[in-house]
Amino acid sequence: MTGSFEPKIVGILCNWCSYAGADLAGTSRLKYPANIHIVRVMCSGRVDPTFVLKAFELGADGVLVSGCRPGDCHYVDGNYKTMRRTPLLENLLSQMGVEPARFRQVWVSASQGEIFARIVEEMVKDLKEIGPYMRQGGEELA
Amino acid sequence: MPKLKLAIYWAAACGGCDVAILDLDEKILKVAEAADIVLWPIAMDYKYEDLTALPKDSIDVCLFNGAVRNSEQKELAHALRERSRVMVAFGSCACFGGIPGLANFTSREGVLERVYKTSPTTINKEGVLPQVESTVPEGTLTLPAFMNRVYTLNQVIDVDYYLPGCPPPADLIWAAVEAIVSGNLPPKGSVIAGTKSLCDTCHRVKEQKNLKGFVRPHQIIPDPEKCLLEQGLVCCGPATRDGCGHRCIKANMPCRGCFGPTGHIHDQGAKLVSALASILQATTEEEARQAAETIVDAAGTFYRFGLPDALLQRVKRREQA
Ligand code: SF4
Ligand code: SF4
Ligand code: SF4
Ligand code: FES
Repeated sequence: MTGSFEPKIVGILCNWCSYAGADLAGTSRLKYPANIHIVRVMCSGRVDPTFVLKAFELGADGVLVSGCRPGDCHYVDGNYKTMRRTPLLENLLSQMGVEPARFRQVWVSASQGEIFARIVEEMVKDLKEIGPYMRQGGEELA
Repeated sequence: MPKLKLAIYWAAACGGCDVAILDLDEKILKVAEAADIVLWPIAMDYKYEDLTALPKDSIDVCLFNGAVRNSEQKELAHALRERSRVMVAFGSCACFGGIPGLANFTSREGVLERVYKTSPTTINKEGVLPQVESTVPEGTLTLPAFMNRVYTLNQVIDVDYYLPGCPPPADLIWAAVEAIVSGNLPPKGSVIAGTKSLCDTCHRVKEQKNLKGFVRPHQIIPDPEKCLLEQGLVCCGPATRDGCGHRCIKANMPCRGCFGPTGHIHDQGAKLVSALASILQATTEEEARQAAETIVDAAGTFYRFGLPDALLQRVKRREQA
């Protein structure tokens, strides 16, 4: 089963650094797995934790949020918001039965195409190991 | 005008919602004037047959309190829905799962194991667990089946109105009764409470946004004028619907979220993650992590009254799916 399982990852990237980084990875022909579906937002600070939960609710196996490195945010401190939310969200997710490997928040600058490609590869590998995200549902009512 | 036919039922509930109806005090007499109570197990003696004998749509309004967690409650919810013209999810348990909904952090096996085997006050050497059917010399005894999860009422049947609160306050219950008696009903699906968040109507002073972490209510004596969240208490006001009259805030206690999310909020927990993060001063990942660790049970705190309704748990009825 895990052999053929291709995890679906939603990558929410800020426009100014991380999306540019992912783009660089693409244009420099650094190969990274096609498992990631990229959503571009203006700033990682715009990533409401609801988006992350919603992605899982709609069937994502993993969610990656990436912003500019601390100090480099185009909107000065948008990524500090992200930084303050992340551990709270991680704690919430793990209590809700979402394994830690399924949610990652990273910083990727515009010149770090290679790092971006590596992060995606790692995430795909980890998710293949733990398998698809199973929502805890209500079998009796189905 | 013919008297209204009213049914009041409880499922996975604590009884507090029924008591809240009695707490209408002298107004309860007005309810009795306007309505005939056709079913109210906590106050009067009824048998299943009294309900099943009633024809379709013969009850005008059913106030249903409690979540749904066993097969009997599910059956009764369906039986009442079929016979009621208006179905009201009454109280936080029926609306969002409530305190019984916290059982969704574990499973049927987890609950039974704890309650019948490992809790300190239990002696059960043979490890006897409740069975749906058991045979005794006199014949076969049956019990309702305990489901693996707790459901909100609208995950089981179609609900017309929601009256939140643990329990709902008397003024809102009365407002609902009046609306029903006068026939002045709001659009289907309405929540009979405020539309804003509790913070929007809270008078406490909000000015500080530089917390290192959070504290628990027994650790400080909060300033009665200042925002409780800014004093480090996890107040669910930013993610909670207005309408309770700030019951806890007035008692100098943080809101625990019993009114559920406002209509704009998709998930109370996600909204609280944002709101709490926004008053932290952390400037490194380490500081942010330390701040997060000061909340002992994030999910249990943020979804205290609505775990079965959380985005990651919510289930849809087949006809909604
Ligand atoms: S909403 Fe509160 S008062 Fe009502 S049944 Fe549930 S726990 Fe009890
Ligand atoms: S967080 Fe609580 S105390 Fe602060 S404004 Fe909101 S409701 Fe009032
Ligand atoms: S302050 Fe919050 S927890 Fe207290 S009654 Fe109001 S909504 Fe419920
Ligand atoms: S613009 Fe990249 S994190 Fe704010």
